Order: sequence, then structure tokens, then C-alpha cells
Amino acid sequence: MSMLEVAHLKKYFTTQKAVDDISFSVEKGSIFGLLGPNGAGKTTLIRMITGIFFPDEGSITFNGKKFNADRDAALIGYMPEERGLYKKMKIGEQALYLAQLKGLSSSDALKQVKEWFIRFEMQSWWNKKIEDLSKGMAQKLQFVTTVLHRPELIILDEPFSGLDPVNANLIKDEIFRLASNGASIIFSTHRMEQVEEICNHIILINKGKKILDGTVNHVKQEFKENLFRITATPLPSYLPDALFDVLLKNDDGLTIRIKEGHSPNDVLKYFIDQHSNISSFTELLPSLNEIFIKLVEGTSLSRQFQPAQA
Amino acid sequence: MNKIGLIIRREYLTRIRNKTFLISTFLLPVLIVLAIAITVYLGIKGRTNHRIALADQNGYFKDYLKSDSSIFFDFSPSIDTLNYSEKNCSAVLIIPVLKEGTKTVYRLKYKKQLGLANIDDLEKRVNAAITDHLIFTKTNISRRYLDSIRAASDIAELQTFSDEGKKSQASSQGLSYAIGWACGFLIYLLTFVYGAMVMRGVMEEKTSRVAEVIISSVKPFPLMLGKIIGIGAVGLTQFLLWVGLIAILILVAQAFVPHELMQEVNNMQKMNAMGNAQMAQGTEAARQIFAFKQSLQTANWFLIIGSFVFYFTGGYLFYSSLFAAVGSVVNEDPQEAQSLLLPISMPIIFSFIIMSIAVQDPGGSLAVWASLIPFSSPIVMMARIPYGVPTTVPYWQLLSSMALLAGGFLFTTWMAGKIYRTGILLYGKKPTWKTMWKWTFKND
Repeated sequence: MSMLEVAHLKKYFTTQKAVDDISFSVEKGSIFGLLGPNGAGKTTLIRMITGIFFPDEGSITFNGKKFNADRDAALIGYMPEERGLYKKMKIGEQALYLAQLKGLSSSDALKQVKEWFIRFEMQSWWNKKIEDLSKGMAQKLQFVTTVLHRPELIILDEPFSGLDPVNANLIKDEIFRLASNGASIIFSTHRMEQVEEICNHIILINKGKKILDGTVNHVKQEFKENLFRITATPLPSYLPDALFDVLLKNDDGLTIRIKEGHSPNDVLKYFIDQHSNISSFTELLPSLNEIFIKLVEGTSLSRQFQPAQA
Repeated sequence: MNKIGLIIRREYLTRIRNKTFLISTFLLPVLIVLAIAITVYLGIKGRTNHRIALADQNGYFKDYLKSDSSIFFDFSPSIDTLNYSEKNCSAVLIIPVLKEGTKTVYRLKYKKQLGLANIDDLEKRVNAAITDHLIFTKTNISRRYLDSIRAASDIAELQTFSDEGKKSQASSQGLSYAIGWACGFLIYLLTFVYGAMVMRGVMEEKTSRVAEVIISSVKPFPLMLGKIIGIGAVGLTQFLLWVGLIAILILVAQAFVPHELMQEVNNMQKMNAMGNAQMAQGTEAARQIFAFKQSLQTANWFLIIGSFVFYFTGGYLFYSSLFAAVGSVVNEDPQEAQSLLLPISMPIIFSFIIMSIAVQDPGGSLAVWASLIPFSSPIVMMARIPYGVPTTVPYWQLLSSMALLAGGFLFTTWMAGKIYRTGILLYGKKPTWKTMWKWTFKND
């Protein structure tokens, strides 16, 4: 059963259609990638899922029931892209306060905060203020405050920005751990290499519309361009145009695109017939980054403002 | 609403624990006392040391204008209108040849501006001098006899009693004026101080983007309400601390008064209670303390403090939600707040001006109307209440003023909540009044 199901969600502002008929579902315990260029409508979409905005149309189903912001807010942890914490408040108190606002009792909140502070080696920070922390440290704290109340749905907007590789790995491991414990995670970013590494399922939105939906592997298969890398010695002296195009030629191998109507086996057969010793033959799947750029390119990056016709 | 409680607690505790709260609580009264002392001191000092030369051709005033500590009249004939400033005189008064019974114009020439109070004072003295001169020349009364009559005639003392049917309550107009003014001023000041605190708090939440995190757990309206109530509680705490501070200061001051003197004062109080009006007994100091205590007792402190708490709370709730709405729509730039604050601060400033009129004429129609309308009632009503309820302020006025204020703050809070919930999450351009008006009446 899906943890979260979003159907035909719409949110129109006076100057633009921020979210225009988007549907998707997030499975329990999965890591879901929400991708899109700046201004695509990601934040508006997230704000509707977190109950900050009401959708104009469409429905959100949470754990099989209609989403109710008052009841379900305690089950959602949201870390916005623009980090926000009280600058002048002590870190320990702040974490307790935010956990209690999510509905934890004060003793439970204290227990959770202590546990997480030990896990992230932040015990010595308790009486410090946010303004004393570096950007990366504040980021770690923000992550902790997001997951303190054991949410079933965790929404992370660019969780790794500003983190060094060590801390980024720490957070990444936590994301995997939380997902394996059954939490669903929506991970919004435009850093594609992280998405490939982390996400099971992705959607890509642009200009308020969903333009891609599927597992990472499925998406790559869909956008593959019959590209292969072959290394062999010696390379055949004649490379047949009818069979494939050569995109790149090095000393040890070739990058080729196999033409329509031919199979990889045909290529291998040709190389064997030419007495070339093949040491490797791999399909080159497109990176998500390439797919992203291909899909978004050509549409103007900054959205034009136009009156919405509801 | 458990969450509102959490928000109120955070807003309250973070501010109470702040050093600036302690400093402002204990320093502000000191500063006010200091400011009053300096004004009074300068006022006294500014009036002294005027030397005024007289070009008195007939010698008409020589015996009647008397020099004292504030004005010295120089009759020496060597001074004239040309050289008075070299001779250390601030002005020269030119006395024309007098014709009796006609209004005569005196001219005062000066190089340095004399204060308005000094001119008034001078005019009174000249009039008195003319009267004295006429009495002396038209009748056979001797100078000394006239002086003794003047001294003996200064014995009238006007005591005021407010008429409450069967019993009359001793009242003190001076004390009512002072309390009324002080209460009005304090509410004016606190409305601005705590209103601005609410606005800054909202702006802090918006610019640090913590608002988005909080609003994913709490709805915007409870967040705004929690902040307003928490900061209001800080204001009430501060006020109660001030009341306590003053009470302690009075006790300390009493401890410094010698024991015998207090005994004497107590005896006077007993005598007075028994209906013995003989006030002449006792030392001067004891009499002054007694008079001070008597006049303090004329004020209904229970009523005054109670209604102060009500009007402070009501006025604060009325205005602070508007301050919160302004805080929610502006961005990082505090300059943006200025133009939006104008329509909020104007009524507060106007109320203060009306208050300073109302405190002199607490029964006047301006005072009555302004103390009913919720925009100005917190400040203006507090100027009237010390004059007495139900004598100066009838019950119907007090009750309808309170009801209107309660209705007023419910309305402003509702309106501000509508603006706040949209504004707090909106970044970029500052909205216009028109768009804010739309937000107010937009449905979910």
C-alpha cells in the first residue's frame, strides 16, 4: 500500500500555474526523488503535502486516508531548502521545542534529542546558540530536528547543500537507515548524482507539470540511445558505417551508437570476424543528469509569468 | 490547544531570561525619574537670572516692581534702550507716559528670546504694579497696610470632594491629573514597545525561515496568537514588577523617616478619623507626610491598577496583531516596515494627543468619545479613570468602552491573522494595501 498518494493536484497563483495536475505515489519505506529545475513548482507541491497550502484541486491520501493537516502533521518531518532555526535560542532547547510542537511529550522529546545528539556527536552543543554554529553544523541540527519525532514521511529539500563529504555521508547513511526502518522519504534536489545513488523512484516536474515518472533504472532504459563502449586490440581497420556510428575513438577502444535494425550481437560478431580481441563491451546508459538536461533544455529556465486560466 | 501553550511559553521565557528585559525593567523607571528631575531642574534654573532694565521716565514703577530670585529689575537711569545688553540686561521695558484708565501698550525690547512663561510673568507683575500704584494713590491706605492685607489674604485653600450621594469622598485633582497622565503615557509607551517587539519577532521568524518549519507543525493563526500572548505576558510581568518596585521604594523611604515623626503622622491619622479637623498641631514635616498620605488615599488604587491591566491588555491586543501583520509582509529590509507602520502609529500618537487634552477636561465630549472608540480608548480612558468612577466616568461608559475594545481586538486579530498567514510564507515583493485587503477577505 502506498504511504502517500497524490492525485491531480493543482495550485494556481494569480500570476502562474505553480502546480498543474500532478499525480504520484510514494511507497512505504522507499526513497522518492522529486526533481525539477528552479521554479518548477517543487516547493509549492511540498507545501501542499505538508499542509502549509491547501490545494485548489486534487486529493492527497495519507496512509490510506484523506490527508488532514492537523492530524497528520505529527507524522511528517519537513526540512525546507531555506534552513530556518531561531538564531538566539539555545540548541538543546530549540530541538526540544520543535519536537514538542510536533506532539512529543517533554520527556519523550528529551529522550529523542539526547539519542540523536549522541548519534551525531553533538552533545557539547546543547547550550550553544545557532549563531555560534557553522553552516554545516546548523544543517546537521536541522536534519536532527526534522526526524526527531519519528515521522513516517520525511521530506528533505536539498539536504546535502553546504555539507562536507564526511557529514554528507553521515546524513546519507541516516536516510538509508530511516528508510529501512519503514519511513518514506521524499528527496527534492537538482543534484542528479545523489539521486542516482539514493532514490528508488523519481518524478521530474517542469513548469508545474510532471514530465517523467518511474524507477531510476526504468527511466534510464527509456532514455537509452543504443550507446556502447567496446575495448579491443587490435581495432578493426575498417569500421562499417551501416552497422554503427563511432562517437569517440581512443587507443584502446571505441564509443559507438548501434544503428536501428542491428543488435549488439551483430557488432560483436563483426569484431570477432575481424580477429579483434575484445576485452570489454558495455552498454552506456544515460545519466539522470543528461536526461534532466535533455528534458528541461529548450524550455526557458525561468518561468514566464502568465495569467492562469482556471 | 497544547501547542499554543508551548509557543506562549517559548516567547515568554526567551524574553524574560534576556538581559535586556532585566535592564529595561529596572532602568526605565530610573530614567523616567531622572528625566522628570532634569526637566524640573532646568525649568527652575531657566527662569532665574533675568535682569530687565526699565526705561521708566515718570518713576511710576520704581516702588511697585519688586526684584526677586527670578527677575531683577534695574532702574538705574544710566541704562537706556541702546546700551542695555552691554550692561548685562536681557531686555529693556519701555514705560510710556501713562494716561489713567486707558489700555497702555508697553514695549519690551530684547536681543535674546525670553521664554513665554517669562513674558506672562512680567505682564502679571506690571498689572499688579499698576493696581498697587492706583490703590496707593487713590486711597489713603499706607504701603505697609496694603502689604499686610496682601499677606493676610493668602489663606484660602480649595479642597475638592467628589459627590457620591450620601457621602462625599475627598479627592485630589492634582493627583488624579498626575495618575491619569502617567497611566496614559505608560500605555502609549508600552503599546509601541511591545507592538514593535511583536513585529520584530514575526520578522525574525520570517527572515530566518523558521516560520516554514513551524508552520508545517502548527497553523499560522495559533503561531501568531501564541507570540502575541507570550509577549503580552512579558509586558504584564514588567508592569507588575514596576508596581512591586514602587511599593518597595515607598517602604524603604518610610524606613528612613524617623520613628517619632511616623508616630506623629499616625496620631494625626487617628485624629482625622475621629473627625477632629484640628490640623495645626504637629511639625511641618509630619504635616507634609500626612498630607501626602491623605492624598494618596483619595485615589482608588484597586480600580486604577485593575483597569490599567485591562486597558493595557486590550490596547496591546488591539494594536499588536496589526504590528504582527506588518511584520509578516515585510522582508529583510526593515525600511519597508516604515511606510506600513504609519497607519498604525498615527492613531496611537493621536490618542496620546487627545489624552493630554482629556486629562485636563476628563468630562469633555472629546474625552468621552475618544475613550469609547477602541482606537484611542486604552490611552484616553486611563486618563479619565483616576478622576473617579462612576462620578467622572459613568458605569455605562466604562462598560461600553471595555466591550468595544474587546470587540475591536477580536476584529483586528481576525484581520491580521488573515494577512499574516499569507504574508509569513511569501518572499519577494512587498505587497500593496490592495493585495493585503484581498488576503483579508479571501476564503480558504
